[in-house]
Amino acid sequence: MVQRAASAIGDAPVHAPRVLVFSTNAISDPGIDLAGSSHMHYSPEVVVISLPCTSGVRPGWILHALEQGFDGVFIAADGEECGYLPDCTARSSRIVQAAQTLMAERGIDGSRVKMAAICSVCAEPFTRQVRGFSESLAAMEA
Amino acid sequence: MTTAPLPPQEGAPDPGATPSKRRIGVYVCHCGGNISDYVDVEQVVAAVKADADVVVARDAMFTCSDATQQEIAQDIAEHQLDGMVVASCSPKLHTLTFRSVARRAGLNPYEYTQVNIREQCSWTHTDDHDGATRKALRLVRAGIAHTRLSEPLEPTAVETVPRVLVIGGGVAGMRAAVGLADLGLEVVLVEREPRLGGWVARLGTTYPHSADGGDLVLRLDREIRRREAITVLTGAELIAKSGTYGDYQVTIRTEAEPITFSVGQIIVTTGFDSYEPAAGEFGYGIPGVLTLPEFTSLLKEGDGPLTYEGRPVRTIAYIYCVGSRGEEHAYCSRFCCSAAVHSALLAADRGEEIRQYHLYRDLRTYGRNEAMLTESRRRGSLYLKFADDQPPSVSRDGDGLRVTVRDLLTAGEEVAIAADLLVLVTGMLARKNPELIGTLKLPIGRDGFFNEIHPKLRPVETVVDGVLIAGTCQAPKTVAESVASGLAAVTQAAAVLKRGVAELDPQVAVVNPSACTGCGVCVDACPFGAITLVGADGAAVETEPALRTAVIDVAGCKGCGGCAPVCTVDAIDLRGYTDAQVRAMIDGLLVGAAR
Repeated sequence: MVQRAASAIGDAPVHAPRVLVFSTNAISDPGIDLAGSSHMHYSPEVVVISLPCTSGVRPGWILHALEQGFDGVFIAADGEECGYLPDCTARSSRIVQAAQTLMAERGIDGSRVKMAAICSVCAEPFTRQVRGFSESLAAMEA
Repeated sequence: MTTAPLPPQEGAPDPGATPSKRRIGVYVCHCGGNISDYVDVEQVVAAVKADADVVVARDAMFTCSDATQQEIAQDIAEHQLDGMVVASCSPKLHTLTFRSVARRAGLNPYEYTQVNIREQCSWTHTDDHDGATRKALRLVRAGIAHTRLSEPLEPTAVETVPRVLVIGGGVAGMRAAVGLADLGLEVVLVEREPRLGGWVARLGTTYPHSADGGDLVLRLDREIRRREAITVLTGAELIAKSGTYGDYQVTIRTEAEPITFSVGQIIVTTGFDSYEPAAGEFGYGIPGVLTLPEFTSLLKEGDGPLTYEGRPVRTIAYIYCVGSRGEEHAYCSRFCCSAAVHSALLAADRGEEIRQYHLYRDLRTYGRNEAMLTESRRRGSLYLKFADDQPPSVSRDGDGLRVTVRDLLTAGEEVAIAADLLVLVTGMLARKNPELIGTLKLPIGRDGFFNEIHPKLRPVETVVDGVLIAGTCQAPKTVAESVASGLAAVTQAAAVLKRGVAELDPQVAVVNPSACTGCGVCVDACPFGAITLVGADGAAVETEPALRTAVIDVAGCKGCGGCAPVCTVDAIDLRGYTDAQVRAMIDGLLVGAAR
């Protein structure tokens, strides 16, 4: 979906998909921090915006990110650990579904948005998830 | 460090930004190399210097240092900054530090944005310096975009309840209860077991001051009984928590009816479990193979010559690091080396002729405990070091035990020890407590213990507001260290509660009344009851939607933002995370996309 050109930096990962992650301040962001503290590696094209709760993500933000140049959006949800909302997973799922409806209207593949529960110590699961997501997005471009 | 130059389109000023006449200062931290070993900090600063609204941009070796804080404050005054971006470590560490800098210098603290270029950039892209530098620039630009749309916010002051719930009646919790009461705060001390004291109550002589564990607990128990401000509930557990920061309602299950208290802060001191070796692990299960707590109990019995099951003990072997520093439990419990050496001294007191062999991987008798190690060697203890991949083997030998080890200190020679007792020097495990974790939403670290925000800077605070941790629920600790952390939690709790008021985060939801249609969907979406529908006179009404507007109670709103996406007309925004700010951040993250 994104027009690609060679990067000005020779060894830059030209085909590395740009991934926007929505994390949460208290739960998934500490898990992502832990991945960094543990020097776990994933693509530098993965960037994070942290919010209080993924139930606060607007479907329009997901669409905006994809239309502006991100190749995928990953929702690092709190799952059952959300400190605010006991039904956070269901709410976040509805947000993803609403975003996919908006995406379908614009011809954007629904698999460009992905959600998984990431806990405060889920360093390895986060790394695995975003690597896998980056790979699947790259495969879509191939 | 330097990396390849940024691509021209990234190094150029942010072309997408619309100048907003803001005056923003940007500070990018080297973190002493933690960031600048992987991110070209100077390039990032040079790139954003010309960005719209950026009045000053600097790098600093440590932005959190007093000197840099002072420089930032001077910049705020001299350049009349109305926005600030600090790109350094995780927001969990220094958000309060820099909010305080802003406040001191006359800048509203909520017009500052923290950008995480350490945990989420330099440390996770140590393999790609150019990629890390490009990413750091994108993150900083998103921070600038966020700050450009920031607005001054003021916290809501709420009265706090001068009462603390202490969960766990071990030595850390007991000492904390006494400390809190002495500062004029009421305490509810909850213990799951029928009596207070925890592990320490069962200990005999402890190190380094040879105090008796049972006596220590008795003294604390007496002090607690002397203080009317302390309510002790034994055989009790926390089962529910609600309310807001500074005024939580906690429900305690007791042997009688559940009791609900209002408390201003909660201190968790739930202690640890001791590692229990598997059957056969270093011979565990063979008579004469004991764990360290079992050996401590044996030493506590009697004061004559040491015996085990009626037979005199002439030779003791110790194997260190049992259950520690392996695949399942990778951490070191720290206390157990000193505890084993101390036990060897107590055993020597029971008979100087007892031969004692210590089989270790590494010895960590830190601080004053080093003197105990020297003393144990003077009194005949021998120390043999084994390789990580060549642990000792243990077998039955008649009525005794045979412990075989390859000693690295004697050129890897195999040594066989005929022992009457073998002590497996076991460490501490995080106690399994899923109900408490679920109720308080306690954060857990990689090793399973509860996680503080920062081990040095905020050692007893958790990411859950008003919930503090102390003692061995946080990490393996000695008795003295547990008591010290309990007192640190006392200081932290009292610092909030003695003021009588707490500040609630002003980053709460807000309704745009001109856009609100009064449909009420948001009311149903808020489980905290913070949203009401009011008529033109501000009174709650149940009338047709067109005549009413949603209003959010700032003290009741938790700031989750869950109401914003359900609003069909986008009339709700979460302050600090507004629709415009998040969209601007997304755009900022894509500035100069090298595609």
